[in-house]
Amino acid sequence: MADNGYKIHVSNLKKNFGKLEVLRDISLDVREGEVVVLIGPSGSGKSTLLRCLNQLETATGGQIIIDGHDVTDRHTNINKVRQNIGMVFQHFNLFNHLNVLDNMTLAPVHLKLMTKEQARQEALKLLKRVGLEDKAEAYPSQLSGGQKQRVAIARALEMKPDIMLFDEPTSALDPEMVGEVLAVMKELAREGMTMVVVTHEIGFAREVAHRVIFMEGGYIVEEGTPDEVLLHPKEPRTIDFLSKVL
Amino acid sequence: MISIIRIYGDMLMQALGRTLLLTVIGLLIAIVIGMIFGLMNVSHNRVLNLIGTVYVDAVRGVPLIVLTYFMYFGVAMGIQSLGFPNFRWESAMQAGTIALSMNCGAYMAEIIRAGIESVDRGQMEAARSLGLTYGAAMALVVVPQAVRTMIPSIINQFIITLKDTSILSVIGIAELTNVGKTITGNTLNPLGSWAIVGVMYLIVITILSKVAKMVERRVNRGR
Repeated sequence: MADNGYKIHVSNLKKNFGKLEVLRDISLDVREGEVVVLIGPSGSGKSTLLRCLNQLETATGGQIIIDGHDVTDRHTNINKVRQNIGMVFQHFNLFNHLNVLDNMTLAPVHLKLMTKEQARQEALKLLKRVGLEDKAEAYPSQLSGGQKQRVAIARALEMKPDIMLFDEPTSALDPEMVGEVLAVMKELAREGMTMVVVTHEIGFAREVAHRVIFMEGGYIVEEGTPDEVLLHPKEPRTIDFLSKVL
Repeated sequence: MISIIRIYGDMLMQALGRTLLLTVIGLLIAIVIGMIFGLMNVSHNRVLNLIGTVYVDAVRGVPLIVLTYFMYFGVAMGIQSLGFPNFRWESAMQAGTIALSMNCGAYMAEIIRAGIESVDRGQMEAARSLGLTYGAAMALVVVPQAVRTMIPSIINQFIITLKDTSILSVIGIAELTNVGKTITGNTLNPLGSWAIVGVMYLIVITILSKVAKMVERRVNRGR
């Protein structure tokens, strides 16, 4: 196993949708505890890259190694690897037929990682952490967008993952709810979670990211510290993009 | 007409019972058939897709009366020529139930496919991202949500299947329509006989439609 100290190791990743080349040649390493923020215009491939990491999209070419497991190898048990990678979606994707507690305990109980009671206790602890301990019995339809996303984060954390992936977690939220979700993410970052975040929240990137990656047209155009990429970009395309979003 | 009810009442009620029995058994088997082929049709495996599509298209493309004749006479002959010369259907009911279930199963497969496809793709993705297998995600997350949208269509199919049982009269099953024929022959009163048979169907189907409306309202209220 090619474990070179990196939590995530991506080399020469390619992804095509039919004839459309979405990811052309992506190489990327993420260290343990690192917070990497992906920015770029829509269609640049940043969400696809994120979704390739846990193989919600199968790669067309190249290699992805997560914690020493080659997830691009068909023989790898992807379900096992996914248990260690939490994912938070733009549209929350809470299970609408289950209440908050059941949303959180479904997977760990079904996969026999915890007993029902352990899962319940853990879920209540996490809900407290995201400030929603009073919503344990609520159904997703009774929650606001910000509350839904915080439950979705808690649901992912319930699996005790090593890595968290965030796919535009605040893009579907009303502006006044963005802050509460970012606050939870900031706390996670402070606690040393390895995070890969696709976002348009430049402020969040500047404050929390260890590294910012600017993507366009299926390539990584520029990467570096938030200071380097966001405040002193070198590439004209990065400068152009930032001038539009800032 | 009163005299028909007096003389043939028991026979008519028995026939109605047989019609309902055929419908319920047919529907239950059809749900199993529909689940199998419906899941095949939503899977990402091309071979399974093909099998599912061929079944649904083939069965929907053949009138139930032809399927019934084919099953009762054709398949029986086929099995005999395959080395079981003594093969007979236990009863017309047996062949009829199979034909009805196959027909209803094809429609049920479409209902189940549409129900599953109505569930947002993100539900499956979220379940898979937590490490659940495709099967577990389907069973625990997608299907429970699909069932809600499927219930009104399933009740509607129930009504269609109930009416379709009348076609099985052609192979001699003594269900309501067949008994109507017998009574007409005996009484030489087609007006009275068929009016009674028609009203009997109408009453049962009206009750079912009302139940369907109630369930539908209930399902919609819960969202």
